[in-house]
Amino acid sequence: MSTFNLDITKERCPMTFVKTKLHLEQLEPGDILEIQLLEGEPLQNVPKTAAEQGFHILETVLLKDNIYKVVIQK
Amino acid sequence: MAEQKKLSIISMSGDFDKVIAVFTLASGAAAVGYEVNIFFTFWGLNSIKKETERKFIGSGFMARFFNFLLGGRKNLPLSRLNFGGLSPILMTGMMKGKNVATLEELFDASKALKVNFYACEMAMHVLGLSKDDFIPEVKDVLGVASFLELSKGGQTLFI
Repeated sequence: MSTFNLDITKERCPMTFVKTKLHLEQLEPGDILEIQLLEGEPLQNVPKTAAEQGFHILETVLLKDNIYKVVIQK
Repeated sequence: MAEQKKLSIISMSGDFDKVIAVFTLASGAAAVGYEVNIFFTFWGLNSIKKETERKFIGSGFMARFFNFLLGGRKNLPLSRLNFGGLSPILMTGMMKGKNVATLEELFDASKALKVNFYACEMAMHVLGLSKDDFIPEVKDVLGVASFLELSKGGQTLFI
C-alpha cells in the first residue's frame, strides 16, 4: 500500500481530469492518491467523478487560499 | 450507475480550433468515465493521418493532390484569421504560456484514455485513403449505420 501525490493546481480543464484519471488508473487496491487542486470546477468535480468510478474520498482539506487537498483511496 | 455514459463525436471539420474542441471534449469525457467514440469524416480525417504534415498520400492523382493540400494534424488551419498558417502556431504558443493543453497533448490524452477512433468509409473512398494511411489507434472503418449503432443511448455531437 503506497501513497502518491499529484498537484493539478497549475492545470486547466480538461487536463485536471485527464491527469487525475491517468494516476488513478495506476493505483493498486488500498493505495492512496493525494491531489492538490483549486476550488471551483476541479474541487467540485474531481472528487465527484472519482467517487462515481468507485474510489473512496477519505478527506478534503483546505491547504491555503484557494488550494485544497483531496485524499482518494482505491 | 444505471445510466450509460457515452459521448459520440462526429469530427468533420479540419479546422485547428474545432479539432481542439473535439479532443478537449473527448479526453475530458473519457477522464470522467464516459465511453467516447469519435467518427472522423472528410476534413476531420486529417487529424488521424499517420503523416502529420503535407504529403502526397492516397490513390489517384486528384486524391494525392488533395491530400497534399489538406495536410495532417500539424498543419491544420485556424477557422478565422489563419494568416497562412501563422495563427495556429501563435495560438499554440499562447496556450502553452497559459498552461492550457495544446492540440498534441489533448490528442495524446485521448489516446491514453482509450477513446475509440473510427474513420468514415465513404470519405476515405473519395479522398483515396486506406486504413493504413491512419494511425494504428483507428479501430475500424465505418458507415452511417454502424456509427448510429455505436452512438445509440449516448450523446452525439457534430463538430
